[in-house]
Amino acid sequence: MHRSPVRRLAGALHRRPGLRLSALLSAPMAWLVLAYLGSLGVLLMSAFWTTNDFTSQVEYVWNTDNFASVISDPVYRTVALRTLGIAVGVTVVDAGLALPMAFYMARVARPGSRRLLLVAVTAPLWAGYLVKAYAWWVMLSHGGVLDWLGGTPGFGVPAVVITLSYLWLPYMVLPLYAAFAALPDSLLTASADLGARPWRTFRSVILPLAKPALLAGSIFTFSLSLGDYLTVQIVGGTTQMLGNVIASDVTLNLPMAAAVSCVPVLLIVGYLLAVRRTGALENL
Amino acid sequence: MHLNLRSRIALRLAMALGLAVLYVPLLVVLVNSFNASRSFAWPPSGFSLRWWQAAWQEPGLRTALWTSVKAGLGATGIALVLGTMAAFAATRHRFFGRQAVSFLLALPIALPGIVTGIALNAAFRTVLTPLGIGFGLFTVIVGHATFCIVVVFNNVSARLRRLSSGSEDASADLGAHTFQTFWYVTLPAVRGALFAGALLAFALSFDEIVVTTFTAGPGTQTLPLWIYDNLARPNQGPVVDVVASALIVLAALPVWLAHRMSAEAL
Repeated sequence: MHRSPVRRLAGALHRRPGLRLSALLSAPMAWLVLAYLGSLGVLLMSAFWTTNDFTSQVEYVWNTDNFASVISDPVYRTVALRTLGIAVGVTVVDAGLALPMAFYMARVARPGSRRLLLVAVTAPLWAGYLVKAYAWWVMLSHGGVLDWLGGTPGFGVPAVVITLSYLWLPYMVLPLYAAFAALPDSLLTASADLGARPWRTFRSVILPLAKPALLAGSIFTFSLSLGDYLTVQIVGGTTQMLGNVIASDVTLNLPMAAAVSCVPVLLIVGYLLAVRRTGALENL
Repeated sequence: MHLNLRSRIALRLAMALGLAVLYVPLLVVLVNSFNASRSFAWPPSGFSLRWWQAAWQEPGLRTALWTSVKAGLGATGIALVLGTMAAFAATRHRFFGRQAVSFLLALPIALPGIVTGIALNAAFRTVLTPLGIGFGLFTVIVGHATFCIVVVFNNVSARLRRLSSGSEDASADLGAHTFQTFWYVTLPAVRGALFAGALLAFALSFDEIVVTTFTAGPGTQTLPLWIYDNLARPNQGPVVDVVASALIVLAALPVWLAHRMSAEAL
């Protein structure tokens, strides 16, 4: 019996799972390893080269001077600490806003309005990064809405924290909502039966159970803030974050930009490893 | 949970405040786009449609929008194919390094955009430029596809994990070969996940600016690049406002689609 090549190929794939697996994996892995890991490799390598101060040409001489100046130069240290502070601030603000919101949505609101609230909180995610950063530029500018309402902090670090908190707030609300919705009623009833008031129940029962979700949300707020550089250009005034330093070095001093970009990457990887133990990554 | 009246009211107020914080800035942009005056002084001085007309006549804007759509479609297409393949591999097979594969897929979106951006920029300069391929739409699509793969992968693998292999086995028992089973049985079952993944991938690409900045080159301008470029220009404020308003209104479309899809899934 004559068998078409398609059927023969299908048969071969059916009989040999190994062949099927390599056929499925080869293209995505080739893309990611070549286009992405390869690029990261090129970047990391270039961190060990130097730029000639006069010609701005990259010189391919292997050395660790760039890393040495990232660590020892007080300018880089100040910018790194400021960036870290902003990322922590954004995480705290978002946690403070998201905890009561998520709790209300999951536990207090009528079941019928829960879905609607969920849509209302996530819908701004689709409005786009620049649109929202721009909206806060309008809000914060002199003669703008906040000025009219009583006073604006102007453009600077507070404006950056406000805008970044605004951008990432839904990422903090979503995991918390899921965690609060999954809380068993029996635990809350037991806590009340044992005489705990709502605040005590929140601190001793609800918060510990919601901790993985809180950390999951903080991965977004913290990591996204650490790497940001556009919000700070729009509402930050003259404030510099790590991202700005990297971006301004790219064209004239790629090796230095590569070395500086290791700082946010190491901070993010360190944070991910630290929260992995708590099971936060399963709550993403 | 039983709460006393005071905590209920406090929580309700917090929720209302949160929603106000989320929506007031967007509403201000919308209202401002109809502002008669050129400045952003609040409250607006009068109603006018002239900025919407001005935006409509802006030639660079339409080109940028079209570039964004092309980049989004290209990146989504690549992400759909590669993400689906990876999802089938990771859910239907057990192999050494399966965790590493999902980690590698998530890496481009986990690392800061600026790091992904300058890494691709450095690599393109070293590899593609000597080959005669300059920065342009092609490099933008490559960059966007790299971080879009993971959203298709996540959506499709989540669906595949819940899908039992029973109907696929039945299809094979009835004599269908691997490709027929895939086309007639598996693909219809994961169609919703493919659509959701594609929608997310397109939205990610359409909104992306940092990776685009470092992969676009001078002649290519996507919509976010156009907005960012015009933010800095003194007289373009009202037109930027109109574009931002249009994007806010357009954002209701994916929200509605996602809402309908999750309603179907229930």
